[in-house]
Amino acid sequence: MTATEVQAGQARRGTIYEGSRIPSPIPTVLQVDPRLREEGDILEVNFGPNHPSTHGVLRLVVELNGERVVGIRAVVGYLHTGFEKNMEAKTYWKGITYAPRIDYVSFQNNELVFVLAIEKLLGIEVPPKAQWMRTLLCELNRLHSHLVWLGTGALELGAISMFWYCFRERDAILDLFELVAGFRMHTRYFQAGGLAEDVPVSFYEECRKFADAMPARVDEYEAMLDRQQIFLERTKGIGLLSAADAVALGQSGPVLRASGVDWDLRKAFPYLAYGEVDFDVPVYANGDVYDRYKVRMNEMRESVRIVQQCLDGMPDGPWIADDRKVVLPPRNELHTSMESLIHHFKLVTEGYRVPEGEVYVAVESPRGELGCYLVSDGGPRPWRVHFRAPSYVALEATATTMTDALVADLIAIVGSLDSVMGEVDR
Amino acid sequence: MTHESVPGFVEERESYGETTVVVERERIVDAARYCRDELGYNMLADLTPADYLGWGGKGVAGYYGTGSGRDLNTPMPGSQGLQRLPEPKPARFSVSYHLLSVGAEPRRLRLQIWLEDGEPVPSVVSVWPTADWFEREAWDMMGIAVDGHPNMCRILLDDDWEGHPLRKDYPLGGEPVRFSDAE
Repeated sequence: MTATEVQAGQARRGTIYEGSRIPSPIPTVLQVDPRLREEGDILEVNFGPNHPSTHGVLRLVVELNGERVVGIRAVVGYLHTGFEKNMEAKTYWKGITYAPRIDYVSFQNNELVFVLAIEKLLGIEVPPKAQWMRTLLCELNRLHSHLVWLGTGALELGAISMFWYCFRERDAILDLFELVAGFRMHTRYFQAGGLAEDVPVSFYEECRKFADAMPARVDEYEAMLDRQQIFLERTKGIGLLSAADAVALGQSGPVLRASGVDWDLRKAFPYLAYGEVDFDVPVYANGDVYDRYKVRMNEMRESVRIVQQCLDGMPDGPWIADDRKVVLPPRNELHTSMESLIHHFKLVTEGYRVPEGEVYVAVESPRGELGCYLVSDGGPRPWRVHFRAPSYVALEATATTMTDALVADLIAIVGSLDSVMGEVDR
Repeated sequence: MTHESVPGFVEERESYGETTVVVERERIVDAARYCRDELGYNMLADLTPADYLGWGGKGVAGYYGTGSGRDLNTPMPGSQGLQRLPEPKPARFSVSYHLLSVGAEPRRLRLQIWLEDGEPVPSVVSVWPTADWFEREAWDMMGIAVDGHPNMCRILLDDDWEGHPLRKDYPLGGEPVRFSDAE
């Protein structure tokens, strides 16, 4: 690095607070120092919006001085589909199908957060079996999401074989989803009040087979990458994000934990059955790409532990609350009971009414804090739905993590933030 | 714990186990800084506006096809309708700041301000850098004018987009449908 570059770097930093690497005045844009622009030979390069490494359509405008990144800004919105507006026009009942499509990699967690928000307004009691089953499926979903990240993330760094191995396990997880809900993705298996239908008995056996095999697989993957010099050199010490910067930039999930902050919503505000299962929160201190990889690898192990405990502790009993104003009546009653038929008809055509109020519910999705802000006016349609997307916030850290990085590390660094563009643009 | 010491305090509400502190729009930056430095809310988890145009009324929730509209929030024929009208709101827009205390004592707080169309909201980017994209989204989607933002432009939509789609008076169905037999 030349002396001018060092000065330019220092001039950009430290104004947010002492020791911060967040660029200033715009926290999400790294601007080229004007002096450097006059002296140096600045090359502006456009990455994307279609680039194979970004799992979607992220556009990065990068300014290079030689091989060093001296300016970067992320341009998003190419996948904007107006989910929030659409959901205002749908009954809650129909809106549940929208939520998982926002982040199509952690679909089950997205479905969960919307259903939890509805349930919070309804004040409905969810039976224990549904709580435990939701926990189990959300952890399977976390495994799924991290496997997709690991497979594609390693692929980007040249480890092509990882992609095939990870997608083999991912497929096994999708098979489990298909077994339990009839769909491989976007299951719409969570309903306000519980689950859509009872768990098929063969699920437990198949799931246990998977959970028994998975820890060895994770060890295998880690052995393949952790002993590979190229992978280590391409991930260690790059994409730095300090703990203070991560908090200031609102980071959550693995990105925050890799920066040394011990924070997990499953521990901080236990929901579902997370208060009753035993698991650890992996925390690493360096805040580089390698630590984000380690956090996710260890999270996979913890997820398998939770899945096993859910299988052991799965309570018996009803899988959905018995509340005829919200929950569909059992199918067999429709042939004999007039009231059930009326309830069924009303629920399907008009939907259920949700009491007036506003709530913010957050869950720990594979990418971090996934929040749902829901406003109801007392009718059958949401007045306002807003999703706090962890991917969106993670991309805000692009400029900070890319400060003084080499262009060759760009893919590794942006990939380590694990953004899903569907969720960023919503 | 009461929050009357928050600068610009207007009122405090508890509902569904969540605390909402309403503050004056002009003093949101002071209130934000106070919450961060004195109350320990070191993270801004979320910032989001909501439009209450026609709250409790008719014909505002967007329409399909026709100019006179199809009101999506009116009950269907034969239905009981809303059991009661919702509580009136102090202004058209609200902006909610969902604060989070990351640390040994996890807790949340919602700061809220109310404003009419066109009234500017002071930017809190200087308090929480993460507000940068949230405030751009608030402008892009809801037309909330943010004062003092370092890089205010649209974020999800094109720069030349007209209107703010999440407003209640923004048409839902795009161009009106015209039938061939209608002149």
